[in-house]
Amino acid sequence: MASGIVRSVLRNRAGKIFSATSFTNPDSGRGFSSFNRCLSSAASDSNLIRATLFPGDGIGPEIAESVKQVFREAEVPIEWEEHYVGQEIDPRTQSFLTWESLESVRQNGVGLKGPMATPIGKGHRSLNLTLRKELNLYANVRPCYSLPGYKTRYDDVNLITIRENTEGEYSGLEHQVVRGVVESLKIITRQASLRVAEYAFHYAKTHGRERVSAIHKANIMQKTDGLFLKCCREVAEKYPEIKYEEVVIDNCCMMLVKNPALFDVLVMPNLYGDIISDLCAGLIGGLGLTPSCNIGEGGIALAEAVHGSAPDIAGKNLANPTALLLSSVTMLRHLKLHDKANRIQDAILNTIAEGKYRTADLGGSSSTTDFTRAICDHL
Amino acid sequence: MASRLVRRFFQSPPVVSSLLRSLSSVASPSQPIRVTLFPGDGIGPEISQSVKQVFSAAEVPIEWEEHFVGDKVDPRTESFLTWESLESVRKNGAGLKGPMATPIGKGFRSLNLTLRKELGLYVNVRPCFSIPGYKTRYDSVNLVTIRENTEGEYSGLEHQVVRGVVESLKIITRQASLRVAEYAFHYAKTNGRQKVSAIHKANIMKKTDGLFLKCCREVAEKYPEINYEEVIIDNCCMMLVKNPALFDVLVMPNLYGDIISDLCAGLVGGLGLTPRYSYSTLTSHMIYFSMSFLMILILYSCNIGEKGIVVAEAVHGSAPDIAGKNLANPTALLLSAVAMLRTLELRVKADQIHDAIFKTIAEGKYRTGDLGGTSSTREFTKAVCDNL
Repeated sequence: MASGIVRSVLRNRAGKIFSATSFTNPDSGRGFSSFNRCLSSAASDSNLIRATLFPGDGIGPEIAESVKQVFREAEVPIEWEEHYVGQEIDPRTQSFLTWESLESVRQNGVGLKGPMATPIGKGHRSLNLTLRKELNLYANVRPCYSLPGYKTRYDDVNLITIRENTEGEYSGLEHQVVRGVVESLKIITRQASLRVAEYAFHYAKTHGRERVSAIHKANIMQKTDGLFLKCCREVAEKYPEIKYEEVVIDNCCMMLVKNPALFDVLVMPNLYGDIISDLCAGLIGGLGLTPSCNIGEGGIALAEAVHGSAPDIAGKNLANPTALLLSSVTMLRHLKLHDKANRIQDAILNTIAEGKYRTADLGGSSSTTDFTRAICDHL
Repeated sequence: MASRLVRRFFQSPPVVSSLLRSLSSVASPSQPIRVTLFPGDGIGPEISQSVKQVFSAAEVPIEWEEHFVGDKVDPRTESFLTWESLESVRKNGAGLKGPMATPIGKGFRSLNLTLRKELGLYVNVRPCFSIPGYKTRYDSVNLVTIRENTEGEYSGLEHQVVRGVVESLKIITRQASLRVAEYAFHYAKTNGRQKVSAIHKANIMKKTDGLFLKCCREVAEKYPEINYEEVIIDNCCMMLVKNPALFDVLVMPNLYGDIISDLCAGLVGGLGLTPRYSYSTLTSHMIYFSMSFLMILILYSCNIGEKGIVVAEAVHGSAPDIAGKNLANPTALLLSAVAMLRTLELRVKADQIHDAIFKTIAEGKYRTGDLGGTSSTREFTKAVCDNL
């Protein structure tokens, strides 16, 4: 036991140093931090994993409470470190998120974020932008699968959308050429494309997925999307056991609305990723049920609920915690706590499938606490 | 008759070309309207024959001027379409285009690009509607996508900054945005539509999509009877797959238009029976393939150019695997022709043929393979003629 702790403490420190510095080879960075986590999760009770929690605004605190309750019931070895969005702008981050909050995520390597309402005004960056830039969150991963028992028009959705999150059309570089003519720059770099492609194939491999589809419009945008595809092809060669295909985005949308079972893992540049991931969320029932996880350099994972803060039902015990719960499950999978993740996911799906306890947005009349209690009972 | 003409002139926006057409359509059998017809490749000639047959059965005063895609590149147009073909469309002001297979190679422009640039086709209009009697997951789709077709993300202006960094320019101009917004509201008004939704991502692309929205708002003020709303594209996609009845007319810049119009096509169309793959093997372990699916042959679109030029086309491909076998569904090209008739102000004939087509499909007795039936092209065409 003692040697185990010493070993894991040493590896923790070494892992942090390595994962913080090995940016050039994402594989090794990820490898070390997840190796580090394997060890820390092995020595479970005595070595809790610290995770940063941002409850957020509106319904955020209630659903964060649900997550904590479920995790306690399932005896997940996680210790939450809660941080809140401040009232004043922190000059070090130019936003309402303090430097301490960001450091906490960097140090812990994992975080869970509830919905945050972006304050209107100038002189500060939006909260999501701050997180993305400061933590270098380069990939947004959204697993979309049909929830058994919650009927939508689609029953067999089981796909993952992986979206490049730093460049592309969202570089924010626009200018007026002359009056009435505006230009916007779309930037694609080899480095960012390789990074997200690496993550996509790594994800596919570690989660037992069979196929990765790159979505593009390279027939029209030959150089930019062409570069993205080139990078995807290079990475595909390193994973011969995973099938790789390229699909033009308009075909992809058509196929998704006709037969989403055709897709497995989708990897895309920023704009297409935005569109397709929201399309897929619509296929399974909306943003209130969709988990999402942002991956950053050094193996940082920040899982988040992508729905809004719903101020109209805040504090009324009506909110549906499913999105945040499923996001926390993706966080557990990132930490390689697969059996805990499966247990909690099955409990959630069974509760929804049973239909006895459902929140209002799913057509039922249960409260947040009843729904959470039902999930705990299903564990 | 004269007073009706005058009334029509004053009601619709002062577009000279539609007035000209009203006048020319009055003098019907003695002075038929000339329309350029590109039968196209693959199933093109068969379905063009269907159109001609139905039109002559309905006694539509149209004289077809057929043009074919050449075998050699015409240096004046840098494509396989000859200068004469393009001049013909410019002169006649209306064209009907069957599916054209784009030849692979270099040294010439693609056929669609040639048509678009030479004829100044600035907007693409694609009505998407649930087909009565043909069940998909969505039953109540009835919307029209109007897509700006000249600029935006498809300006083709890309360059390498340094090794490994590439830039692409997205251009939005006031002129093009106003033009397409004007068309969208005009279309909504003349076709009895109640709402126009502008699709954008102006929260992120503030200047470019912001300019597009500004232009749409300016035009919206001139049409107070039509509801106007702005929807962000990712919300739009989500709403479309959850409840497409929420939308009526959608107006969008180029890229979003491409995506949304194909998404809507997927909502109402089937993927058909035959997926077609084209692949190349790089190693024994990897197969890269891009899929193009044969849609049901129902959807059509209209390209509008300056001075009121209309080129209507079927949205499907040339389907070489069923070419010449009398199996193709001519509905898409027939509906394109009907849309063209409407812009030519031959509304009575247009409605007549439109009703005949939908009656035939809804009856279910004569349906081609893509809709799940066993009729041949000729049988279906005959049924439509009978239903006139």
